[in-house]
Amino acid sequence: MTPDLTSVPVLELRGVTKRFPGVVANDNVNLSLFAGEVLALLGENGAGKSTVISVMYGLQRPDEGQVLVNGQAVTIASPASALKLGIGLVPQHPMLVARHTVAENLALGHQLPGQGSGLFPARRVAGRIRELSQRYGLNVDPNARVSQLSPGEKQRVEILRSLLRGVQVLILDEPTSVLTPQEVQGLFQVMRELKRGGKSLIFISHKLGEVLEITDRVTVLRRGKVTGNAPTAGASRRSLAEMMVGRTVSFDRKRQTPSELSPSELSPSELSPSNLDTAPVRLSLRGLSALSSRGLPALRGVNLDLRAGEIVGVAGVAGNGQSELIEVLSGLCPLQSGRIELDGEAHASGARHIFESGVAHIPEDRIHMGTVPSMSVAENLALRDYARAPLARAGVRDLGAQASRAREEVTAYEISTPGVDTPSRSLSGGNIQKIILARELRGQARLILAAHPTYGLDIGATEQVHAALLSAAERGASVLLVSEDLDELLALSDRIAVMYHGELLGPYSAEQATREGLGLLMAGGEANSDGLPHGAGPGDLVESAGASL
Amino acid sequence: MDELINALLRALAFGTPLLLASLGAVINERAGVVNLGVEGMMALGALAGFAVAYGDGTPGSGNLWLGILAAALAGGLAALLHAFVTITLRANQFVSGLSLTLLGLGVAGLLGKRYEGLPLTGQPPQWPFTVGAIVLAGLLAFWLSSTRAGLTLRSVGENPAAADVLGLNVGAVRYGAVAFGGALAGLAGAYLSLVYRPSWTDGMTNGLGWIAVALVIFVGWNPLRAIFGSVFFGLLYYLQFRLQGKTFIPTEVFSAMPYLLVIVVLGVAGLRGQQGAAPESLGRPYTRGER
Amino acid sequence: MIRFDPISDVPRSRVVWVTLVALLVALFIAGLVFVAAGTNPLEAYSTMLRGTVADWSGWSEVLRRAAPLLLIGVGLTLAIRAQFFNIGGEGQLLLGAVAAGGVALFTPIAPALMMVAMFVGGALAGGLWALLAAFLRVRLRVNEILSTLMLNYVAASLVVYLINGPWKGEKVRGFIYTDDFPAYAQLPTLGDTQVGWPTLVLGAALAVALQWFLGRSTGGFELRVVGENAAAARYAGISVASVIYRMALITGGAAGLAGVGEVAGIHHKLLEPGQISSGYGFTAVIVAWLARGNPALCLVTAPLMGIILAGGDVLKINMNLPFRITDVFSGVMLMCLIASEVFVKNRVRWGR
Repeated sequence: MTPDLTSVPVLELRGVTKRFPGVVANDNVNLSLFAGEVLALLGENGAGKSTVISVMYGLQRPDEGQVLVNGQAVTIASPASALKLGIGLVPQHPMLVARHTVAENLALGHQLPGQGSGLFPARRVAGRIRELSQRYGLNVDPNARVSQLSPGEKQRVEILRSLLRGVQVLILDEPTSVLTPQEVQGLFQVMRELKRGGKSLIFISHKLGEVLEITDRVTVLRRGKVTGNAPTAGASRRSLAEMMVGRTVSFDRKRQTPSELSPSELSPSELSPSNLDTAPVRLSLRGLSALSSRGLPALRGVNLDLRAGEIVGVAGVAGNGQSELIEVLSGLCPLQSGRIELDGEAHASGARHIFESGVAHIPEDRIHMGTVPSMSVAENLALRDYARAPLARAGVRDLGAQASRAREEVTAYEISTPGVDTPSRSLSGGNIQKIILARELRGQARLILAAHPTYGLDIGATEQVHAALLSAAERGASVLLVSEDLDELLALSDRIAVMYHGELLGPYSAEQATREGLGLLMAGGEANSDGLPHGAGPGDLVESAGASL
Repeated sequence: MDELINALLRALAFGTPLLLASLGAVINERAGVVNLGVEGMMALGALAGFAVAYGDGTPGSGNLWLGILAAALAGGLAALLHAFVTITLRANQFVSGLSLTLLGLGVAGLLGKRYEGLPLTGQPPQWPFTVGAIVLAGLLAFWLSSTRAGLTLRSVGENPAAADVLGLNVGAVRYGAVAFGGALAGLAGAYLSLVYRPSWTDGMTNGLGWIAVALVIFVGWNPLRAIFGSVFFGLLYYLQFRLQGKTFIPTEVFSAMPYLLVIVVLGVAGLRGQQGAAPESLGRPYTRGER
Repeated sequence: MIRFDPISDVPRSRVVWVTLVALLVALFIAGLVFVAAGTNPLEAYSTMLRGTVADWSGWSEVLRRAAPLLLIGVGLTLAIRAQFFNIGGEGQLLLGAVAAGGVALFTPIAPALMMVAMFVGGALAGGLWALLAAFLRVRLRVNEILSTLMLNYVAASLVVYLINGPWKGEKVRGFIYTDDFPAYAQLPTLGDTQVGWPTLVLGAALAVALQWFLGRSTGGFELRVVGENAAAARYAGISVASVIYRMALITGGAAGLAGVGEVAGIHHKLLEPGQISSGYGFTAVIVAWLARGNPALCLVTAPLMGIILAGGDVLKINMNLPFRITDVFSGVMLMCLIASEVFVKNRVRWGR
C-alpha cells in the first residue's frame, strides 16, 4: 500500500520548539506521518530525535508549536494519554519489569474491553497475546519471564504492548541497535506486516542502510532543525549522510593497517611493526572462563592473540560476554580458569596493578564507573594515580600538583569545563569521556581496553576518541575495542572477532569482513572453512533470522 | 505432647504482632519503600489503642473496638509522614524510618505517661487477632499474585519508570502501601497493649518492630512464608521465658537473644543470597526522567 | 505538584539557610508534641534555654554532653562520607566503657600508663564492635542500620551481665555496678563540674585531624570515592572492603573513646547502660548529619545538640516530663534535616 500524501496526516508536528537550559533541542520542527507509511527520522546523536519522540509520546511538552492527531490539535500530557490517542513507543531500552512474565507486563495498567474484573490480569491477556503474535509474526511466550528474554524478544513484547492498546502510530526508537543483522531482518518483516495492517510507523535511526531498506520517506534532523525531507526511493547513502551531517562524509576505512602504509609513513618507534603478522604478541588469552555478576557462565574458553600495535574489534549482541571479557582483563571480574599473558608475562592481579602494568581501561559506563560525578574534574583526572608522586608523598596529597596537571590536560584534550574544580557531573558526555581518555592514555599504555567508547557521543567527540585510539595503536599500543556499532568496528579494526554465548569467534581480517558475515556469527551461525562466513543474500538472512528468533 | 501444643499456642500468641507488622512491611517494601519506623509506629499504635480503649477510666467510657481502629489510624498517619518525606521529598528511606522510630517512641512515651500502670477492664480475646493475621497473610499473597491492583503494586516496586509510563500513579501507590504498612504496625501495637499484656508501659514494644523488619528479609518478601517466620520467632520468645533462670546460662543471654538472632537471620539470608529476591527498586526514590 | 530543579553548584549560603529553616520547623513540630502532652511549648523552650545557656552551670551541663557527642559525631562523619549508616554509636560507646572498666579494674598496668591503656583498649573495643557490622555488610550484605542497632541491644545486655555478674562490685551489695576505679584510672574534670575536658580536647583534636584526613590524605580520598561511587572505586583499584573496615575502626574507635571518657571521667565505675549514655549514639548521628560530613563542623554542631540533651534533662527535672523527650527532639530534627536535603540541592517550583 502506498501512502496517500494528500490525505490528512495521522500525526503531525507543526512548528514544535523545545528549549532546555543552554540548548534548543527542537527548533521549529515540522513533521507529518501519513497512514500506512514508514517514516524515517534520521539524525546524529544529539540532533534532537529523542526530543521529538518525547514530544510525540507525552514525555515532554513543547514550548511552542502544535501536535495534531488526524488533523485535530491535541495536548499529549503523558505517555498514557499518547496511548489513548493511538500513539505507541517501542523504546530503545525496554521499559519492562524484568522479574515479571510477559503476560504480567502486558497486563500492567491495561484493561481489555469488557473485562471489568480485577482478578487474574495476566491470565486474561494471554489469549489476546497469542492472537496478536500470530497475526503479526511476533513470536513470544506469554508465560516467559522477561529477564530470560533476548533483546529482540523484549522488543517484540514492547511492540505487542502497543498493539494490545490498539495504536495506529508506532514509534520505534533505534530499534536495531541491540539486534543482530539477522534479527533486524526479522524486525523489518514485522514492520512490513504492521504497515500492511494499516499502521503508521516512525523509524528512528542513524544507520543509513537500514533507513534505505525499510522506510518510505525520510525526515532528517540536524542540530534540532529539520534539514531534509525526501522520499526514500530517490535517496542514496551519500545524500542522506550529507543532510544528516551537513558536509561530505567519507565511508572509507579510517584505519590503515601497516601493510597498507608506505614505508615513509611508518612510525620510527620499534614497537610499531611493519607487518602485524610478525609483530610480537602483546596479549595472549588461553581458555578464559568467568562468571557474570549473577553467577552464570559468561566466558566459556576465550582464546585470543593480540599483537603489538594492533586493533582488534569485538562485535556481538549485548550480553554475550563482552563486558565480562573487558572486566576480566582489567581485573574487575575474577577469572575462573584460563591464562592471561601480557608481553609474555603472567597478567598482574587486581585493578590497580593491572593499570600500573600498562593496561588502560575506557569503561562501558563512563559516568557510573569511569568517573565520580560529584568529585571535581581534577580529582577525576587523578583517580588512577592520586597516591603516587607527584600527586602524593607518604599518603599526603599535593593538591597544587593535582590542579596544575589537571589544567594542562584540560587544555591538551580540549575538555570544556568552567574550571578544574567543577564537579564532573556538570560536564557533557563527550567531555567526561575526554577526562577518561586523558587519564587512561597518560601513561603510554601497552594495552587499551575500550568498551563502547563512542556510545552516545556527538560526532566531534567521536572523532576525537577514534583519533586517540588510532594514534595509540600507531605508537605501538594494542587496542581491544568492544562496540555494538559495526561501522565503527569496520572502520577502526585490523581484525574483528565476534562474541557469542561466551565464546570468542575469530578474529578475522577486517578488510575481508562483511556486515552480513559478522551478523551471522553474532546470531550464533557457524563459521565456514575459510573462517568468516561469506555474506548471504537477503533472502537467506530472513530465513536464518526466523530460525534463530 | 501437651507441652508441645502449649509451646505452639504461646508461639502463635507471641508471633501475632510480628506477623501483623511484617505483613505490613512486606506490602510497603513490595511497592519499593523501606520503612524502618515499624518500632515507632507500633509504639504509637499501642498507645492510641490503649488510650481509646481506656477512655477516662470509668467503665463504659472507652471502647475496645474503637481503640483497635485508633491504633491502625495512628500507625497509618505516622507512616504517611515517612511517605511524605521519602516519596515527595525523596529523602533517604532508611534514615527517615529510623527517625520515625525515635519520634514514635518519644511521642508515645511523652503522651503515654498518664496511662502508665493503669489496668484495662475487659480484654478482647486473642484468637481473632491470630486467626485474622493468618487469613490476612493468605489474602495478601493472593492479592499480590492474582489481582490487577497487586500486579500494579509489584510493578511499582520493581520498575517504577515502566509503571509511570503506562499512566499508573507511582506516588499514590507507594503512599497507599506505606500507609497500609503503618496501619498494620499500629494494629500490632494495639495487640500488645490490649490483648497480649493489657496495659501500657513505656518501651513495651521492646524491639519487636526491628525483628519484624528483619523478618521481611528472612521470609523473602513473601506473605505466606511470614506466617512461619513469625511462629519461629514466637517459639524463640517462648523458649526464652521458659528457660530463663532454669539453666546455668545468664538471663542477659536470653534478653539479648532476639537481637542476636536478627543478626544471625540476616547473615543467613545473606549467605543464601536472599537479598537478591528484594524488589528491584527497593529503597530508591523515584523521579520521573531518571531512567 | 511540586517540581524540583537541580542546582548543579549549590552555594554555601543556601545550605546554611535551608538547614536553619529545617531546624526551626523541627522545633515547631516538637512544640506541637508539647502541646499534645499538655505542656506550653514556649514555657518548655524557655526553661530549656534558661537551664543551659543562661549561666556557667548550664553551659557546663551542655559541655559535659558535648564531649561524647563530639567524639562520636566526628567519627560518624567518616561513616556518612562512606555511605555507611552506623546507628551503633551507643553500643560502640558501651564497649569502650566495658574495655575501660576491664583495664582499670582487672589489669596490673602501671599507674602511669593506665589512662593510655584505657583509651587504647576503649578505642579497640568500640572499633571492633563497629567492624563486626562492617564485616557483615561487606561479606553478607547485612544492612548496617539493622545490625548496628541490634548490636546496641547486645552491648547493653553485655554491660548488664558484667555489672550484675562477674564484675559486680564487692562493696556495693544490692546495687548493680562495679567497684570504683583506682584514682589513677580516673580522668580529671573541669573545676567542680562534670565536664570531662580531656575528652573534649581529644574530640577537638580528632575533628581537626579527620578534616585534614578527608581533604589531604590518600586514605581520605579513597574513602570519599568509595562513598560517592563504589563502582568507580573498584575500577580505580581501591579495595572497597578495606576502606569500609578502616572507616569502621575509626568511627567505632571514636565512640569507644567517648565511652572511656564517660566512665573514667564522670562515673568512675561501670554501671547500667542507661546511666553511662543518655542516647549519645543516636544524637551524634544528628551532630554528624548537621555537619554535613565535615568533622571540623562538629565543633559547632556537637555543643548545639549538647544544648538539646542538657535541655531535655532540665525539662525532666523542672517540668516532670519523661526522658523520652530527647527521643522526640532527635527524631524530629533528624527527619527535618534529611527532608531538607532536597531543598538544598534543588530549586522548588510549583506546577506541572
